[in-house]
Order: sequence, then C-alpha cells, then structure tokens
Amino acid sequence: MARLNSSEDLERLRREILARRDPKKPCVAVCAGTGCLASGAADVVAAFRRELDARGLADKVALRGTGCHGFCEKGPIVVLDPEETCYLQATPADVPEIIEKSLMGKEVVERLLYVDPQTKEKTVREPDIPFYKHQKRMVFGPNRKLDPRNIEDYLAIGGYRALARALFERTPEQVILEVKESRLRGRGGAGFLTGVKWEFARRAAGKPKYVVVNCDEGDPGAYMDRSLMEGNPHAVLEGLLIGAYAIGAHEGFFYVRQEYPLAVENLGIALRQAEEHGLLGKNILGSDFDFTAQVHRGAGAFVCGEETALLASLEGQAGEPKPRPPYPAVKGLWGKPTNINNVETWANVPLILNEGAAAFAAIGTAGSKGTKIFSLVGKIANTGLVEVPMGLPLRDVVFKIGGGIPGGRKFKAMQTGGPSGGCIPEELLDLPVGFDELTRAGSMMGSGGMIVMDEDTCMVDVARYFVDFLTEESCGKCVPCREGLRQMHRILTRITKGEGHEGDLETLQQLAETAQEASLCALGRTAPNPFLSTLRYFRDEYEAHIREKRCPALSCKALIHYWIDPAKCRACMLCLRKCPTQAIDGGKQRIHVIDQAKCTNCGTCFEVCPAKFGAVRKLSGVPVPPPIPEEQRTLVRARKQDE
Amino acid sequence: MSDVVLHIDGKDVTVPEGTTVLEAARSVGIAVPTLCHHEKLAPYGGCRVCMVEAELRGATRLVAACTHPVEPELVVRTRSEKIDRIRRSVLELLLAHAPDSTRLRELAREYGARRDRFEPDASFCIHCGLCVRYCAEVKRKFAVGFVDRGIRKEIAFVPEIAAKECNACKECFELCPTSYLQAAFVLVESLAFPRPAETDRTEG
Repeated sequence: MARLNSSEDLERLRREILARRDPKKPCVAVCAGTGCLASGAADVVAAFRRELDARGLADKVALRGTGCHGFCEKGPIVVLDPEETCYLQATPADVPEIIEKSLMGKEVVERLLYVDPQTKEKTVREPDIPFYKHQKRMVFGPNRKLDPRNIEDYLAIGGYRALARALFERTPEQVILEVKESRLRGRGGAGFLTGVKWEFARRAAGKPKYVVVNCDEGDPGAYMDRSLMEGNPHAVLEGLLIGAYAIGAHEGFFYVRQEYPLAVENLGIALRQAEEHGLLGKNILGSDFDFTAQVHRGAGAFVCGEETALLASLEGQAGEPKPRPPYPAVKGLWGKPTNINNVETWANVPLILNEGAAAFAAIGTAGSKGTKIFSLVGKIANTGLVEVPMGLPLRDVVFKIGGGIPGGRKFKAMQTGGPSGGCIPEELLDLPVGFDELTRAGSMMGSGGMIVMDEDTCMVDVARYFVDFLTEESCGKCVPCREGLRQMHRILTRITKGEGHEGDLETLQQLAETAQEASLCALGRTAPNPFLSTLRYFRDEYEAHIREKRCPALSCKALIHYWIDPAKCRACMLCLRKCPTQAIDGGKQRIHVIDQAKCTNCGTCFEVCPAKFGAVRKLSGVPVPPPIPEEQRTLVRARKQDE
Repeated sequence: MSDVVLHIDGKDVTVPEGTTVLEAARSVGIAVPTLCHHEKLAPYGGCRVCMVEAELRGATRLVAACTHPVEPELVVRTRSEKIDRIRRSVLELLLAHAPDSTRLRELAREYGARRDRFEPDASFCIHCGLCVRYCAEVKRKFAVGFVDRGIRKEIAFVPEIAAKECNACKECFELCPTSYLQAAFVLVESLAFPRPAETDRTEG
C-alpha cells in the first residue's frame, strides 16, 4: 500500500475507494460485535459466504462483518443495504431464504422483522425500529457501516479527514480552542472539559509528553467502549492523533482490558493499516508530525480505570491510585505530562473537527454537549447500546428506546453511572440526561451504564450488591475505602438477612461520609453512592428490613417465605414435582402445602405455578398461616369443574 | 523555588513551594496525626488520619496533609468537628484490626474513638505500608512487600531476601504501628529456616 503523503493523497484515495464501490450494489451487513458473535453471528456470516458463492453471487453482493449495531438483545442482526432492511435473530438456516427472497427478489422475509411487542406491527428498515428511531448515533452510527478490519471502509466515510484538517489547517492551539469551544466533557466519568485538560498538558513543562486511551471499562454491564474499540478503532485512533498533535505528544498508549480480545485484535489491525497508509509513524500524511502508539493490556482491575492507577499499571507498578495534585497533565506517565481520555471522548474528537465546534455545542443541555452512549440493561425490553443527545429525558430512554419493562412489571428505579453511581426513582424520570443533572439527583453519568430495575428489585439488596462489587475492587491503599467499604458491606448484608438493628443507618451514613470525604481516589469517594442514593429515595425499604424484618420487594431470601394459598391451589402437582428439597406435601386432588422447615426459599414453586392459578405466594414480614388441616386438603370435584 | 505563604490554624506560614501541608504545619509546631507518614519516605496518603480542611478562594475541601502541596493563600484548619469525626471514624475502622496498638489507642483517646465500634477483624496489620516502603525506598532491598489487594491485601516477607538481609537490619520493626510486622517476620523465619535442634526435639 502506497503511503499517503499529503491531504490531497488522502482525498485521492478516498475518491478511488468510492469509485470502486457502487452505492447501489447490494450489501449484507452482519453485526460482528461481541454480543452478536456470542449469539452466532460468525456462523451467519459463513452461511452467507457459502450460499452467495454457491449461487455465483459473490461478485454481485458485498458481504461485511461490521461493528456492533447496539440492538444486542435481538442479535445476530443482519441489515441489507442499500434498503436497510433489518433482520433480527437471524440463523444460518435463514440465510438461503434471505438470499432468495430479499437479494435475488425484492421480497421481505416477514418472520425475521422487528415486531413491536405491544402493537404487533412489523418494521422493515433498521432506522425505523423504535429502538433506533429515537437515538442520535453520531459516534456509534458508523459502526454499522464499516468493517473495523478494513481501513478503506473508514476512509470511505470520510475517515482521517479531521486529522488532515488539524495537521494542515490548524495550529495545535487552534485545535485546542476548537475542542474547548465544543464544550466536550470527558465521557469516562468525571466529565471534565476535554479542551481544558488538553490545554493543561500542552502548557505543562517537560518532554516527552504522552497521550493515553483509557479502555479499561470495568462497570458491570457496561460495554460501550468495548463496542467502539471493536467496531470503529480508527475513529478512536484519529481522535488520539488529533489530541497528540494538539498537546505535542509523539507517543501514545491504548490501555485495553485483557478481557476484550476482539478489541485488542481489531485495534492491532487498525494500527498496522494506519501505519501502512502513513497515518501513523514518521511524518504523518507528509507533515512533520510523528506519532507511534502501543497497545497495553490491562490485567482486569476495576480501579485501573482511575487515571493515576492506570498510569501506575502502565509503568509496571501495582494498579493503585496516587494523590492528585500533581495531575497527570503535569506529572503523569514516568513523571511526564500525560493526557488521558476515555475511548468515547477520543472518538468524539474527529466529529468536532469535521462538523465544527458550534454544531457540536448546539446539541445537548447548557452544561453537557453532544451525545452519550449508554448501555441499557436490566429489566428492560430492548437491551443494548444506545446513543442519545444530552438533554433527552430518562423516561424516553426507558420507554421509547428501551421499550419499557418486560412482563407487565412496573418501573422502579434506574441505576446510572456504574457501580458507584446512584439509583434514580420513577418520580425523577423526566430528568434530562446530563452530567450535572445526574449528579444533582445523587447519581452520576459515570461512563454510561444504565441498569433498569422493576418492582421486584429490592433497593437495599441493590446497594449491597454494588458495595460488594466495590469492596472486591478496592485496591486497598486507603483506609476509608478498604475498611469503610468492608464494614458497609457487612452491615448491608446483615440488613438484607433481617439482622439489621437500630443505629445501622447512622453507622452506614458515617462510613459513607468518611469514604466520600477522605478517600484517596474517585472510586472511594463515589463508592457510597449506591447506599446514599437508595437511602435518599427508598428509605422506607431500609426501615422495613431493619424494623419489621420485611423485604417490601419480596426479594431478600432470608426475609421471605413461600406459601401456597389453599383457596387457589388446584393440586396440579407441578410445584410438588419440581421442588428440589421435597418440601411440598400433597398429591392428586390433594391441596399442596409447603413444609417451611424443609423449604430453602429457592423459588422454584413460585416460578412453576401456572399463572392462571397463582397459588404460590411470597410472604414477608407476616407469619406464615398454619397449614390447613389434613381433612380439608381434598379438592372436591365440583371445584375442579368450575375451573 | 519561590516561597509560598499560607495560613494554618490562624498562623501565617512561609515555606518553599512544593512543601506539603503536613511539613508546613509541623514547621511551625502544629501537630497533625499520621500513621503512614515517615519523613524519609515519599508521601503515601494511605491512612487518611492527617485529613485537614483546606480552603481556597472560598471553597473548602478535605485534603490529606501528607500529600497535599501548599498553595498560596491556602487556609488550613487542622481541627474541626468534621475533621475529628473523620479521624475518629478512620481510627475505629483500624481498631477493629489492631485493638491493642499503643499508637492507635493514644489517638483513639484524643479523638474519642471506640475500640469496639466494628466487629473485630484481628489481622493486626493496618496496611500503612511503612515496612514495605522503608525496605524499598530507603534500604532498597524489597525484602517485604504487599501481596493480593483490597480487603485481602497482606504484607509478606520474601524468604530468600529476608534470609540474607533482615537479621542484620530489622530497621522496619520499630516503624510498625501494631505488632504485626514482627509477628510476620517470626513466621517467615520459622517457616523458612526451622532450627534443626528444635525440629529434632518436636519430632523426637
């Protein structure tokens, strides 16, 4: 591949690539992100390749394994371009039919279309599916159009144009000014103004300077950085190159979790292709700007997402945070000025240079600009990655994009900001998405986790779960986090077991204050959020656990009992047969009774009892009614007939 | 390096730029408690009992005196109701591990910390890291280090290094605010180098 030695070379190559591609040529785009691969996308791609070859269509139809589309719930996803016909949960067995009907003919395979769970209406085109329709996919959108392993795909959609603009039309100071004017804030959690951060690093004395991509995404359930890195590594690299030019750095590091093998692989390919094209290395695009980048694989510590811990880990030390100041911008990697940004932040940079700071700043709220990618998970109909403009009410994310709560259950809370974020209750659902808005509500933006909870979720148990996670992930350097969380976890566990007592909440609040005020790093300072936000909005649940030994959500195992309502039991034998501890007494025509001494609260009987009977119930905070006398247990035939 | 003027507990203090708040306070005789600090070692910021209130341009926050560099016009308060509450809480958390540490009990008396506030967790080590850092930074021997992390973090001697270096040194022993270090050393000594005579006696 010939090196690109100027901005003109880049444009010429782009025109060549586009000239080789017929926009009308049918293209099968199969999502090859981790989610779809897990549900069998690789086999779907192989089936398409085989079937297209067998029918002699290999030249007439393009086939592309793309980055993650986001609608992971419904994978593997197949989109037929240029019509954008979208097939969900496609299997290799569906491939011949798709080819025959939709590629050779103009028919749609109805059974693979998206069906609205409420209206039962079908949607043909991907952008018309409600999940996508209400999103604004500026950063994440290109994923679906490109094969992350082919730089030509990225070049075809205008890739590296922003870099050329920075190198040839802007001074480093002008680039920084533009990023400052866009008001882009860091997408990794802290929400610091990116341009200001860059300026600190540019002005800092000392050489060399370094730039770092933070891809140590560790929040449970969050995978937006992973999908960007896997699906569009060139966008991240382009952002990094622009930042390095602006700051005056010639060396960069991608700190990627070891658990993200596909991201590491696709990134490695992207770096190699960029180098072959003269977009990385010496005299980039013929300019006098040199830059090299290396990939470093993290060893799986949540705390290494914290920038000082990440740098320590990159240096080969234990991944423990260091006090700031000095900030990495002044004294970072090996004591040199270093700028670290999150994957999504870097991926936003080319957009700002392409579209202009004003266009970027026109999207969003007063304090938060642009879009944010969230991983929407939990008790939600449409699980997946969603990109929304800042300022969109949370309600729209849950109901318009997420499709609401499955199983006819009620929304209870949304946990945002990762494990050290907070829970937002139903009454605050009209809150616009934004850094300051979420912080004021006692939660945070974090890196973009959104976990939806329904009425069956116990908020005390949620706090216990996240504090447990954070206790496990504490690096152990400072006392308020290591010891404080250990004690908080113990107390919360006791409360969920019905062993809480008066004074527990006060002790928890004291520990929370100590961790918030005195911890060394942001992990410790935000760690009490899951407790504090659930206490703020769901205090009654804490009190019910402590005072009445009752779990209002009927979720905490130690506080519930299963009981069969004799008036509803139809003696169908289902629960009796499935009970793993043979705790259910009964028989044909004999009402079933749970022996509480044998019951382990596994919940199997509750799950298998047919909904039309609904005889198994969970009780909490009330005594279990005594079993009905033997002689009344026989079901009379008449009762059976009314059914 | 130019000088910086700041205010600590109402006193004007002039110190060179780059000094920590702790050093500045001590230079004028203001005591700030510490557990993980040692003047020969790089500031660590682990124990957090040296938290002080630092006010700059009207905004007050809590900082660790041992790591926070002085800033011009910084107003520092080394005692307040909040500071005392935080220190008490930190001490109570540590007393769950080392209830009999003289140093901890001394501080506990001053801040009204209870020894039995939390369920005891008698691991004795309070993870101040003084031994580990002293061995690494001053002696450059690395005979003792941390293993594991978080709530499972422990100090451990490296027997091969300890066998060669420790008997003649033992300088870290007096740094330990609890009695754990000595115990850990005795343990590694007995496991790695059992005395033949004693071994014979027990087996015989």
